Amino acid sequence: MSMKMIKLMVFKRFERVWHWSQMALIFTLLFSGAAIYGVNPLISFADAVTLHTWAAIILIALWLFATFWLFTTGQWRHYLPTTKNFVQVARFYAYGIFKGEHHPYRKTYRRKHNPLQAVTYLLVKTVIFPAIWLSGIPYLLISFGIGGFLNDFGLANIALVHTAAAIAITVFVIAHVYLLTTGHSFIDHVKPMITGYDDVELTDEELAYIKADEPDLLKDS
Amino acid sequence: MYRSTIYCSDYCHNSYLTRIVITLLSCFFLSAAYASTPKADPKVEMGISEYSKTDQEHARTQSKKESKSTTDHSLLKELKGPFFSGPEVTKVCLECHNTAGHQFMKNKHWTWDYKHPKTGQHLGKSVLINNFCTNARGNEGMCAQCHAGYNMTDSNFDFTNQDNIDCLICHESTGTYYKTPTSKGNKACSIMFAGKPAIEWEKVAQSVEMPTRNNCGKCHFYGGGGDNVKHGDLSSVLFDPPKDVDVHMSREGEDFTCVTCHVGEAHEWAGSRYEMTVNDEVGTGKPGMPRETASCESCHSAAPHPIDTVKGIKLNTHTSKVACETCHIPEIARGGVATEVDWDWRTMGKLKDGEGFKLKEYTQGDGHHRATYKSIKGSFTYAENLKPMYAWFDGTMNYTTIDTKFDPSKGPIDINSFSGSANDPASRIYPFKTMHTTQPYDKGNNTLVYMSLWGNDDSALWGNYDFGKSIAAGMKKNGIPYSGEWDYVETLSYWPVNHMVAPKEDAMECSECHAKEGRLSHLDDGSLYIPGTQKNEMLNIIGLLAIFGTLAGVLGHGALRIVATRMRKK
Repeated sequence: MSMKMIKLMVFKRFERVWHWSQMALIFTLLFSGAAIYGVNPLISFADAVTLHTWAAIILIALWLFATFWLFTTGQWRHYLPTTKNFVQVARFYAYGIFKGEHHPYRKTYRRKHNPLQAVTYLLVKTVIFPAIWLSGIPYLLISFGIGGFLNDFGLANIALVHTAAAIAITVFVIAHVYLLTTGHSFIDHVKPMITGYDDVELTDEELAYIKADEPDLLKDS
Repeated sequence: MYRSTIYCSDYCHNSYLTRIVITLLSCFFLSAAYASTPKADPKVEMGISEYSKTDQEHARTQSKKESKSTTDHSLLKELKGPFFSGPEVTKVCLECHNTAGHQFMKNKHWTWDYKHPKTGQHLGKSVLINNFCTNARGNEGMCAQCHAGYNMTDSNFDFTNQDNIDCLICHESTGTYYKTPTSKGNKACSIMFAGKPAIEWEKVAQSVEMPTRNNCGKCHFYGGGGDNVKHGDLSSVLFDPPKDVDVHMSREGEDFTCVTCHVGEAHEWAGSRYEMTVNDEVGTGKPGMPRETASCESCHSAAPHPIDTVKGIKLNTHTSKVACETCHIPEIARGGVATEVDWDWRTMGKLKDGEGFKLKEYTQGDGHHRATYKSIKGSFTYAENLKPMYAWFDGTMNYTTIDTKFDPSKGPIDINSFSGSANDPASRIYPFKTMHTTQPYDKGNNTLVYMSLWGNDDSALWGNYDFGKSIAAGMKKNGIPYSGEWDYVETLSYWPVNHMVAPKEDAMECSECHAKEGRLSHLDDGSLYIPGTQKNEMLNIIGLLAIFGTLAGVLGHGALRIVATRMRKK
């Protein structure tokens, strides 16, 4: 079976808009959230609360779209955990990278994330982000005076979960940005999320299918 | 040198002539005093005068609003006089207002008596002990200057004789009416209240109208023995406050009088610190509905902030936990008049050349000098622009009364304590002025004491300067068992803050409380969560470890990569 490296549209326009607006919103939320927690003197508490609330509401809306998009397009399959190549990728980050080895993973049509990436994103989507929302939405409801039914949980506990999840997101963001530097270059990693195109290893069959049915995905069609 | 030092043998009765004489005399004495004692310490004032300038220039100088009354009392033939005393005027008032007497005789300003509906405690000025001058009981001769009646000389006052109601103290509008002690003090005090022009009874009787701030203020602004001494949020500044001191009472603001908020019917009006409304759930009520509370909500509702911003919505949800006053009265004793925060009776009784004196070492914002020491009272500490103390409060006050036993070894005794908690939906976080005092108590019985302060005898503290005699006499006079041994005890009293509401732009910033050392950090104790106080140390540590651990991890990984690359290139 022969493989070809092809410039292929891997991040659709919605996905890119989603990613970058999510990035901006998460930074806004971390910035304002830190002020609400009391560790960011750059913005007043009142402004931080206003900013945090609006950013959260916009992000909730964005996520409703994203979740709908993931399931209707079948893109959710990219996040399924897999053991294939997992060890190789892990070994690369722990060892091979220092030896000047090349990244062992090639994007494929069905797998645009490497297995470590996929499992990380899956954890983020199924644990950390739900923790933020399951605490953040009750927090919002209580503080807006319509969360009386949630009072039994205690605002302190809700805030604790929310802050812990925010710390986890901060950790994710640090690691995520750092890993962008691990390939050929930082730009090489960022560019696909801007243009949408990345090098993908395609089988002849996949290439034939794409050429026939989705020629728009090919950069040089 | 003040007018109070003018010697006048008795209360002056002959009006006009007396005033001229006094003016001339005062000029003479003032110039003589200045000429004869050029090197005298200006901070020392001899004598023990307690003459407070509680009048009333305000009432005389301010242009009056047009009266909305349907009766011009100055035209009534009944009020033409002549009158020679207060009760004579009262009799005439009650001829037309023939239910007013019965109404007023139920009022605390008359009865000095209050049965608390929840605690059952017997309260009121007639029995309570505070940590200022301590007790009115037994000292009525002096204290009854602020009793809305005539001739209360002791606790045997006839509370059923409506002719002794003082209508004028609350209703006259000339600003020339005043009250003097109803009995004689010690000879050392004989100059205390001299020098006032005689009351023109006809003039004050004809001037009656709805109470103005002058009527209420001349007692309530001077509670505790001087301007703003007691409350902190009730001072003579409120006679004519700038807008930033009181947005409601300022002429540039709403120009409210006291009774604009303290509404009343049948001589009973809203507002009591014995049983307060801290969570007015009726709020503004329906249009035209009568209102029986002096709460902020009764005009502003419980959701007063505009809901077109996140901040407004958030502030509205604060009202179920935080009293309006907490944010909107960020500081008390504003506008240049200080309040007392500490009173130490232990230093009472120092004399200069056998005479009592005052030491005026505190200069307050408006330039006036306040006594930091008085021979008859001890030492004082003042504060201005003072941040209140905050606590959960459900409106119910409990008092340490004369028969309450306490354990003096357990630290300061709460003269009044209050209930309230984060878990009680009826409680609010409320601002208080705290007063700390060191005062005498009955060491054998572990109770507070009634002291005999005022009187023309050898036991009254003011003139004899002997706590032992004063306490023994005060207790005996009122039939209270006394062990015969006294000592000093520290006490605290708490005064709910409601007045001096600042304009909204001066309301407290969020970060005053939502901060590590915020004003309410002490209330973030597990029962209440206040964002921004960072009370969860565990979370702080975990967060720091996680974030800086990750940063260190990626930086280490990155550094290793750089080192590895260089080694390969070699």
